[in-house]
Amino acid sequence: MMIISEIARWAIPFILFTVPLYGFLRRVPVYETFVEGAENGFKTAVKIIPFLIGMLVSVRVFVDSGALDIAADFLSPVFERMGWNSDLLSIIPLAIMRPLSGSGSLGVATQIIDQYGPDSFLGRLASTLQGSTDTTFFVLAVYFGSVGIKKCRYAIKVGLLADITGLIASIWIVSQVFS
Amino acid sequence: MVNIIWLIMLICGIITAAVKGNIEQVTESALKAAELGIEVAIQLMGVMSLWMGIMHIAEKAGLIQALAKISGPLVRKLFPSLRTDSPAFGPIIMNLCANILGLGNAATPFGLKAMQELQKENPHPDTASPAMITFLALNTSCLTLIPASIIAVRMKAGSENPTEIIGTTIFATGCAMVAAVIFDYLFRKRNKL
Repeated sequence: MMIISEIARWAIPFILFTVPLYGFLRRVPVYETFVEGAENGFKTAVKIIPFLIGMLVSVRVFVDSGALDIAADFLSPVFERMGWNSDLLSIIPLAIMRPLSGSGSLGVATQIIDQYGPDSFLGRLASTLQGSTDTTFFVLAVYFGSVGIKKCRYAIKVGLLADITGLIASIWIVSQVFS
Repeated sequence: MVNIIWLIMLICGIITAAVKGNIEQVTESALKAAELGIEVAIQLMGVMSLWMGIMHIAEKAGLIQALAKISGPLVRKLFPSLRTDSPAFGPIIMNLCANILGLGNAATPFGLKAMQELQKENPHPDTASPAMITFLALNTSCLTLIPASIIAVRMKAGSENPTEIIGTTIFATGCAMVAAVIFDYLFRKRNKL
């Protein structure tokens, strides 16, 4: 734990130190080359804007209108029949939010943690779930958008199936470890 | 699939707001989201330029190619459609390492650089190649050793042991990542790619 956080702390300064110095020793005109590359970064950021806005508008309307909560209510009886207790049902809004919006799901997770306590079963589950996957729709919009990919094929299916696996794994491991 | 999900979210949201008599919310949310898109892009612009600049030096100095060469058989196995000396391997490795270390700001530029390299080998520039989908799948489920933001939330909420969820998180992400690789493989097989 300590070692990992130390590595994370040093990683970026290390790269910023090593790469330009090594480049210089290999006779690369470092400043010029940096500027050339940085220009590319600027262009890429502009390129993802339409994809980002498209995705954000749809997600925000869905979440802010309360449609997400209705979807969660609608799914509750399904999961209840699968044997989930009422405790677990409170995690459904977070589970739906997780692939859609990073800041949104962090908000929901924070709310669950504050309401039930960080060291409760639900608090631990929400923490684990929040940390266990990335925001699938955001990554899809940004990564594919940056090179102008419009047809995503089966990418979203793979991403969502992985998210569901992460959800099931979170529930299983948290009930195993903390009970 | 993306088209359907996108439409369903939008339509369901508008209908819900209408039924609840709260239709103004739609206008507000849609306009705010559009603004947010620009904000996120502008935030990305700075870090992107920084890392793309550094990556360009690394490329010219031969570091990226060297990294790609030592990337090991495991990563190469995940991308069977790429040539073994593909320049995409360098940024792919950098991206996965940054993700694992929880350096989100650095991970995205490396990831986008990898996408650019993958796009060069893509025969249909508007359609995702199998290698791109594999890379995306790895990314959305990528292991993070220290989930920093949620630990901060737990600390603030007065947890007795804010970091106790690291183990469970690593387990859950590991499962998600393995699932992503397996499902990706199955879909690839089914589509004969």
